[in-house]
Amino acid sequence: MILEVKDLTLRFGGLTAVNKVSFGIEEGSIESLIGPNGAGKTSLFNCLTGFYRAQEGDILFEGKSIMRLKPHKITTLGMARTFQNLRLFKNLTVMENVMSGMHCRTSAGVAGAILRPPSQKAEEKRIRDVAMECMDFVGILDKKDRLAKNLPYGDQRRVEWARALATQPKLLLLDEPAAGLNYDEKMQLIELIRRIRDERKITVFLIEHDMGLVMKVSEKIFVLDYGVKIAEGTAQEVQNNPRVIEAYLGKEEENAV
Amino acid sequence: MKDKQTCLQTAVDKKAKKVNNPFVELIDRFYVLFDNKKVRYSVLAAALAVLLYLPMRTSMYFMEVMTNVWFHVVVCLGLNIIVGFAGLLSLGYAAFFAVGAYTTGILILHYGVSFWLTLPVSVLMAIIAGLAIGGPTLKLRSDYLAIVTLGFGEITRLAARNLDITGRATGLVGIERPTLFGMAMVKINHFYYAFLVLAVLAIFISYRLQDSRLGRAWKCIREDEDAAEAMGINVVAARLLAFIIGSVFGALAGSFMAIKMTAISPESFLFTQSVMILLAVVLGGMGKIPGVVLGALAVVVFPEVFRGIGKYRMLIFGAVLLVLMIYRPQGLWPERHT
Repeated sequence: MILEVKDLTLRFGGLTAVNKVSFGIEEGSIESLIGPNGAGKTSLFNCLTGFYRAQEGDILFEGKSIMRLKPHKITTLGMARTFQNLRLFKNLTVMENVMSGMHCRTSAGVAGAILRPPSQKAEEKRIRDVAMECMDFVGILDKKDRLAKNLPYGDQRRVEWARALATQPKLLLLDEPAAGLNYDEKMQLIELIRRIRDERKITVFLIEHDMGLVMKVSEKIFVLDYGVKIAEGTAQEVQNNPRVIEAYLGKEEENAV
Repeated sequence: MKDKQTCLQTAVDKKAKKVNNPFVELIDRFYVLFDNKKVRYSVLAAALAVLLYLPMRTSMYFMEVMTNVWFHVVVCLGLNIIVGFAGLLSLGYAAFFAVGAYTTGILILHYGVSFWLTLPVSVLMAIIAGLAIGGPTLKLRSDYLAIVTLGFGEITRLAARNLDITGRATGLVGIERPTLFGMAMVKINHFYYAFLVLAVLAIFISYRLQDSRLGRAWKCIREDEDAAEAMGINVVAARLLAFIIGSVFGALAGSFMAIKMTAISPESFLFTQSVMILLAVVLGGMGKIPGVVLGALAVVVFPEVFRGIGKYRMLIFGAVLLVLMIYRPQGLWPERHT
């Protein structure tokens, strides 16, 4: 288990967004979290990455609790994320966006910046090399000098993936990666998710609305409804689970005429 | 359908053409020209040669004004690290050169320490003040910093006015001027050169910081705080660092000001001083180093040029600023488009 969540509970005042949710993610797998709108998926993601502070329960990353850590610490430990609605650095170039991911893997400070000793130069080169490799991996290397805001939507998504990959994570959390993508781009996304796992040995955990994509790509699926985990299993199992069908389509009335 | 599409296409083209006006093209051409290292270094060397030669030819008055420009270049670039690079609003920047000026003044007057030895102490005091102000406030959303720095500016001034060690309202008088390699720094030319060196250093350090891992982190934080945090950037620490570096710039400039003026009083560090420096940074273009230098030049030279019309000069200055902010909110310095 690379990530273990135990009885996690998150409340906003009187509203319980995440209610005693427990699950675990196997190292090297591709797993998904699904659920109707407002089920608490993104809230759960924000708890995992340190943006929200859950009131109860525990989150273990590689066996260590990350409940009280700040987001940047969690990223440094090896858990990267993307955002549901793109959060690129819009006025920076693609290259600068991706280079930012290497921040947590490098260390040059004020003195290094001003005096530029050989160690700092070597580090800068390493940052550039990793950024180039990540941009190449997702296929946007040819747009590296464009401003992020000037790219088409599909390419902006890719920048976000490259940026997350540049943090050199062990676990990658993707929040609705297929939102706003067309059919072709979705197919490329499925292939990319598989390549991230197979070639880079990164565990992938995604939230997704697109059932087709989720069913195709994930090895295990968790279903969340009103903040409660109602099912988990393979695509087949989840699809045939009456509680899942109920959550998505509503209950069949017994005495329907 | 097809008509609609071509129509749309021409509309898009028109829009693109509108951006490519001759002025913007000219600026981009200058940028490209300046990218050439040979051109860049020869232009800079020529500019420096002129600046070094100036004192031999011009009047005392002109030297005073230029020295004041260099002083403002240093403090504006310092504030630019806080406001322009890290995107924080500081309204009490004058307090930091008060910290530097008083540290140097007190050490020279009361303890007879050599000026050059007061500089590291001044840096240390700036770091302590920066930590004390920035440490607790930078954890909050950045707007709070504006209020706290505003308060700090006033507290510093009032403390200086009421403490015995700072000489109360009269301030410190008769701060001894130092010697450099056996030569006494007494003439305005000496200070012109001293502040020129400081300004060049400030520009150099600003550029180095901008093009570094730290500079990129600041840019990211300015663009999107949460995304920066998610990329593993310690937002609080990076901001604190920017705040402290900016404070150190201010304190060093303040120390040199203390020996140039030989007298400092609480009234040298008014709120309007802080606003003037902030104004120069915004006017020139936040975060753009040449723009900030231009802004510093503008806020010093403009009131001097219009000295003839007496108290109305500030009125005109205000009107010009208003017009500039309406038509060029991004600041004087032009953006690069390619």
